[in-house]
Amino acid sequence: MTREEIIRPENKVYSRPRLIDDNYMHYCPGCSHGVVHKLVAEVIEEMGLEEKAIGIAPVGCSVFAYNYIDCDWIEAAHGRAPALATAASRLNPDKVVFTYQGDGDLAAIGSAETIHACTRGENIVIIMINNGIYGMTGGQMSPCTILGAKTATSPYGRRSDLNGFPLKVSNVVALLDGTCYVTRQAVHTVQAVRKAKNALKKAFKNAIEKKGTSFVEVVGTCSSGWKLTPEKSNKWMEENMFVNYPLGDIKDTAAGLEEKTVEVKKS
Amino acid sequence: MKDNVKLMKGNEAIAMAAIRYGCDGYFGYPITPQSEVLETLEAQMPWETTGMVVLQAESEVASINMVYGGAATGKAVMTSSSSPGVSLMQEGISYLAASELPALIVNVMRGGPGLGTIHPSQSDYFQATKGGGHGDYHLIVLAPSTVQEMADFVSLGFDLAFKYRTPSMILADGVVGQMMEKVVLPEQRPRRTEEEIRRQCPWAVTGKDHGRTKRNIVTSLELDSAVMEKNNERFQRTYREIEKNEVRYEARYTEDADYLVVAFGSIARICMKAIEDARKEGVKVGLIRPITLWPFPYDAIREAAKNVKGILCVEINAGQMIEDVRLAVSDSVPVRHFGRMGGIVPNPNEILDALRRDFIDKPANAKED
Ligand SMILES: Cc1ncc(C[n+]2csc(CCOP(=O)(O)OP(=O)(O)O)c2C)c(N)n1
Ligand code: SF4
Ligand SMILES: [Mg+2]
Repeated sequence: MTREEIIRPENKVYSRPRLIDDNYMHYCPGCSHGVVHKLVAEVIEEMGLEEKAIGIAPVGCSVFAYNYIDCDWIEAAHGRAPALATAASRLNPDKVVFTYQGDGDLAAIGSAETIHACTRGENIVIIMINNGIYGMTGGQMSPCTILGAKTATSPYGRRSDLNGFPLKVSNVVALLDGTCYVTRQAVHTVQAVRKAKNALKKAFKNAIEKKGTSFVEVVGTCSSGWKLTPEKSNKWMEENMFVNYPLGDIKDTAAGLEEKTVEVKKS
Repeated sequence: MKDNVKLMKGNEAIAMAAIRYGCDGYFGYPITPQSEVLETLEAQMPWETTGMVVLQAESEVASINMVYGGAATGKAVMTSSSSPGVSLMQEGISYLAASELPALIVNVMRGGPGLGTIHPSQSDYFQATKGGGHGDYHLIVLAPSTVQEMADFVSLGFDLAFKYRTPSMILADGVVGQMMEKVVLPEQRPRRTEEEIRRQCPWAVTGKDHGRTKRNIVTSLELDSAVMEKNNERFQRTYREIEKNEVRYEARYTEDADYLVVAFGSIARICMKAIEDARKEGVKVGLIRPITLWPFPYDAIREAAKNVKGILCVEINAGQMIEDVRLAVSDSVPVRHFGRMGGIVPNPNEILDALRRDFIDKPANAKED
């Protein structure tokens, strides 16, 4: 069989999503960011949101998300993406606004913006890639670094007495009345990728239907920060990250938000 | 017209003028002495009339980043705060400048440093005019001295911000924020339509719609230093344009003046009383009131200083604008500062005393100290 005979439309089993463009990706081999980018692009394309989607990029390894996913983007200051998303969404209610953030960006410096966007029930999608480390700045400890994990700023492993405990942000935001959907996913196997894509679809659907804030955590790998091969990273993640960050839906109020607090009594 | 004449506080005038300008969104956090801006907006409920979004944010950090997010979509958005809150906004303001986004920031100054006092001050002059945040940038800084100017500078601030694609600031002090005066509010203007925004702000992040094939990205990041230098050169060209076109000031009694007072904001009005008292005694004093603190009216001051024996800078601070006045006149004429700090506003007698002490009563040949 010749090359030409193989390269035929009917033989095609996979193609790059239309909204992922030709730019050379800067992610390390084995990094989860690339896979999640692909899913976001597919979801926007398949849901017909190309003209509606506004992405808010973080400060972190995915700062250049706007170079890869072909929709309109605003690049936020470190941690502030949910504040930008709040305004972009309220001022443009016919658009669909999503943030794409790392665990350091979201759970450390941006924790206040995250909690308040979620508790206000902004009709946005928040996507957090939790690799338990500050990938971009060279592998320092993040609030989500698990106990015992070695990083540049916890060289002997994170200790609870020195550094406190890992922050389980998804569990925190699930407690807030403004979130309608909170889920924790991964993208290390074909099956996980499919599930994560469905979760993202549900989140974007919630935003379109104005059901409140959807929060999608993706537990991911940072092979460079973890100093492991891509293959070993996946194994380390399964053995260590998933125990601390179990996968699955944490909250799903399919019908949207309900008033759970008690209003002031009329006198 | 008569309906538009109102008696109100400066802070309330800002809020009412914002609605009438057709402002799309306000994001703010309470702090004395400017909370009436947010309070007035919440009471007016403009979302029911013009569709303006009003949101009490969780902090000034969030407020300014909401402004950043809203401005990036081409909307006319603003925030207001007072000194400690504006300090928190500096990172966001630098990002706005770097991303060439129009926005309006109002600082109703109180006395610092630190938590300081809730009483009026002008001690954020350096912060507003010399940077405040990181990087080489400028804000267009407007200094109102009346409640009328509080109202008028909302539209002026927005118009300049959109004209030059750069944030502008109303640098008011607690006096103009809190005092009540008669004000003529502008006519209600409609908010810009999506169509107008697309036309005026082709760079805006509006979703890749209406046949636009290239995505819009609003970012301040550029890792290639050669490109980043070019970006900076573009910012600087804009600043030079603004310096050329937008200097504003008020001159009173400068034609025959032997002494010149330079003052901005509320204290300029108090200085006018001192100047009139001096003139009653036959001492010819004039006033230059910079309205734009950046761009600063260097030329006007240099011109007005040609025939005077001394310049007194009166500020409600330890002496900040005086540096720009000295730059304007070099060593051609003695320049002195008079000010009070900690939230104390000088009265006309103190100002007149300072004029006498520094200049009028001084023998012409006295040695400069
Ligand atoms: C105000 C501010 N502080 C610190 C930094 C430096 N910084 C850049 S990225 C980053 C951490 C990013 O980590 P994370 O959000 O987990 O993203 P990852 O790279 O792991 O995907 C830090 C601290 C910055 N850019 N701005
Ligand atoms: S440093 Fe980590 S998070 Fe960043 S691109 Fe490399 S693997 Fe991904
Ligand atoms: Mg990380």
